[in-house]
Amino acid sequence: MDINFTAEEAAFRDEVRAFLKDKLPEDISRKVKEHKRLGKEDTVRWQKILNEQGWLALHWPKEYGGTGWSPIQKHIFEEECAEAGAPTVLPFGVNMVAPVIIKFGTQEQKDYYLPRILKSEDWWCQGYSEPGAGSDLASLKTRAVREGDHYVVNGQKTWTTLGQHADMIFCLVRTDPDAKKQEGISFLLIDMNTPGITVRPLITLDGEHEVNEVFFDDVKVPVENLVGEENKGWTCAKYLLTFERTGIAGVGQSKAALAHLKQVAAQQISNGRPLIEDPHFRRRLADVEMELMSLEMTNLRTVAAAEAGGVPGAESSFLKIMGTELRQEITHLFRAAAGPYALPFLNEALHDDFDGNYVGPEFAASVSARYFNFRKLSIFGGSNEIQKNIISKMILGL
Amino acid sequence: MDFKLSDEQRMLEETVGRLVRDTYTFETRNKILESEQGFSADVWQQFAELGLLGVPFSEEAGGFNGGGAELMVVAEGFGRGLVVEPYLATVVLCGTLVDKLGSDQQKEALVPAIIGGETRLSLALYEPQGRYEHNRVATSAKKDGEGYVLNGEKAVVINGDSADQLVVIARTSGAEDDRDGLSAFLVDGNAAGVSRRGYPTIDGLRAAEVVLKDVKVGADALLGAEGQAIDALEDSLALGLVALCAEASGAMEVACDQTLEYIKERQQFGVPIGKFQALQHRMVEMRMELEKVRSITMLAACSLNESRELRDKRLAAAKAQVGKSGRRVAEEAIQLFGGMGMMEETPISHYAKRIVMIDHHLGDSEYHFGRLESLLDVE
Repeated sequence: MDINFTAEEAAFRDEVRAFLKDKLPEDISRKVKEHKRLGKEDTVRWQKILNEQGWLALHWPKEYGGTGWSPIQKHIFEEECAEAGAPTVLPFGVNMVAPVIIKFGTQEQKDYYLPRILKSEDWWCQGYSEPGAGSDLASLKTRAVREGDHYVVNGQKTWTTLGQHADMIFCLVRTDPDAKKQEGISFLLIDMNTPGITVRPLITLDGEHEVNEVFFDDVKVPVENLVGEENKGWTCAKYLLTFERTGIAGVGQSKAALAHLKQVAAQQISNGRPLIEDPHFRRRLADVEMELMSLEMTNLRTVAAAEAGGVPGAESSFLKIMGTELRQEITHLFRAAAGPYALPFLNEALHDDFDGNYVGPEFAASVSARYFNFRKLSIFGGSNEIQKNIISKMILGL
Repeated sequence: MDFKLSDEQRMLEETVGRLVRDTYTFETRNKILESEQGFSADVWQQFAELGLLGVPFSEEAGGFNGGGAELMVVAEGFGRGLVVEPYLATVVLCGTLVDKLGSDQQKEALVPAIIGGETRLSLALYEPQGRYEHNRVATSAKKDGEGYVLNGEKAVVINGDSADQLVVIARTSGAEDDRDGLSAFLVDGNAAGVSRRGYPTIDGLRAAEVVLKDVKVGADALLGAEGQAIDALEDSLALGLVALCAEASGAMEVACDQTLEYIKERQQFGVPIGKFQALQHRMVEMRMELEKVRSITMLAACSLNESRELRDKRLAAAKAQVGKSGRRVAEEAIQLFGGMGMMEETPISHYAKRIVMIDHHLGDSEYHFGRLESLLDVE
């Protein structure tokens, strides 16, 4: 047993670090580190840099332009990116729809979409959730009726993350209303510029426009945009779940956030002394650091199991719960560190181009918004309660 | 990075596992608990024959040359069976201290006897006013001719009632909480001036309050250089922490398994209670706490050769996590077992007691959180 990286793994890590140091634009990493809101162009710019290096498509086979990296290499890469303040790659294209196209798509679909995804030519979003289908995704109602060489789509999707920028959406739609829940669903790729599609913003409690509602009103979708077989869309959706999701633990993000929190706490004064010396605050920091050490090792154990050929299934659910709870706790401590200056809310101050005066310390401007925004972590991607159901069933056999 | 056990480690795991499964049944353990000395001499002899008592000692001394990972494997196995034999006291704490500090002569006299199962030792370290601070030692050792005279009181000395020899940590110089000035002495358990009040602990072990009154020892009783025991003591305590964390991990694993089995069997309202989501989610949370403890125990076991600061930071985090998660698992196990969890005749109650009380051995979670706080900036 050896918890340290091998010489090769360490060399790979150094290579990644050197790349990040050299190629990660300083203005972007600063925004990430200072928790400023990122624009579409920040993400696209970074994705293009990654693609130039051949490091965008982490999970694709090499023949399609993927990295072909091992689970440990992917883990190292994701950790280093998070710690360096690289923006998150938009997952919907490269990490979600692309693997489904690679597995179930036609040659034409692969030839057309995959290069466009690599070059960030299409901004993808995900059409899964509906007003009446959240955790119970299979109860979705958006209807697609085949008429000649088209499907006609009617219905509504919601919580569509960054859909306001999207060129394409991949949707689960109901093609057979009479079949059992999971069996009448198909996987469709839809051009967001098709007539009949309306995108409406949903503003979240932190004042951010991150999610949207997407309405489909007699939207005509060519049948060649069906991925896999008709009524087999659930298979595509489930396939994504078997994908390695070790990054889900967010260890790199938590490490970066904790380091930042320590810095902030060293500067804030409480009872005439640096907050970091306050015994109560320090205890809470120690608790987070301890939980992070446990999470990191649990994450590494899962990565090592994947490296040895195992398919991480329900184990990812443990990581999701632990990781999101920890990230949320850190946002809570940031709020505590800001004290009364957690109260002022200047939405415009969360944008990088803000040139006004902050109320209180600059770091405090985003802490409460982020705290509220991060409540989403335990809700999306299968709420933490759904993760517990998965563990109950798949691991505990209950 | 590799979390697999080596062939030797796997053999060790199998050896302990077989022993615990085959001979250390719940009924056998109950009989052992009722015995006067609180452990089984037969079982101890089996440990010796299987080489388990030699795990941390060098091969030249007849040992297994094991490090943190080997100790972890053994202690996890012991935790699964709630083994009460004085392994931590004799082998992990005292054995390694003698090995580290002792002269060739002292080692020759003691190490083979420990490995062979003929001698049992106990570490007389903590004091009534010192809680878990290992350097807060008021017990004094004053020069007396060639030898020393020891005076003081030692608190909750685990297995101190039956040990052949005590390793007494006493102050040869300095103020009560100085790191310098601590010395380790070998003291015969029956030496004149040593009084031991033995008693059972709630987690199935035995301990003693030890009073040393004008106990005379020769110069050959001193282990290592006078006043310089602290580093070696901390090395042994570090091993002890790994063993305790691993033991907790093993016991928590069984507690989770038994609870899971129980909620699959126990019927209420016409269904197994494991069908209820409220209980399913609690069961998942127990398993999550177990995974954390497993993970951080591995981290601790693999950190013994890091710098002292990094080692101590990780050990403190591990023991704090064991305290926090262990309590949760033990309390939830009793809750999910309902009334049965309250019964002495139900094994889960014994697991719960041991898991909770491990927090009181070698520093509880509050104490280790405090250490972690002081080491927060160590990378």
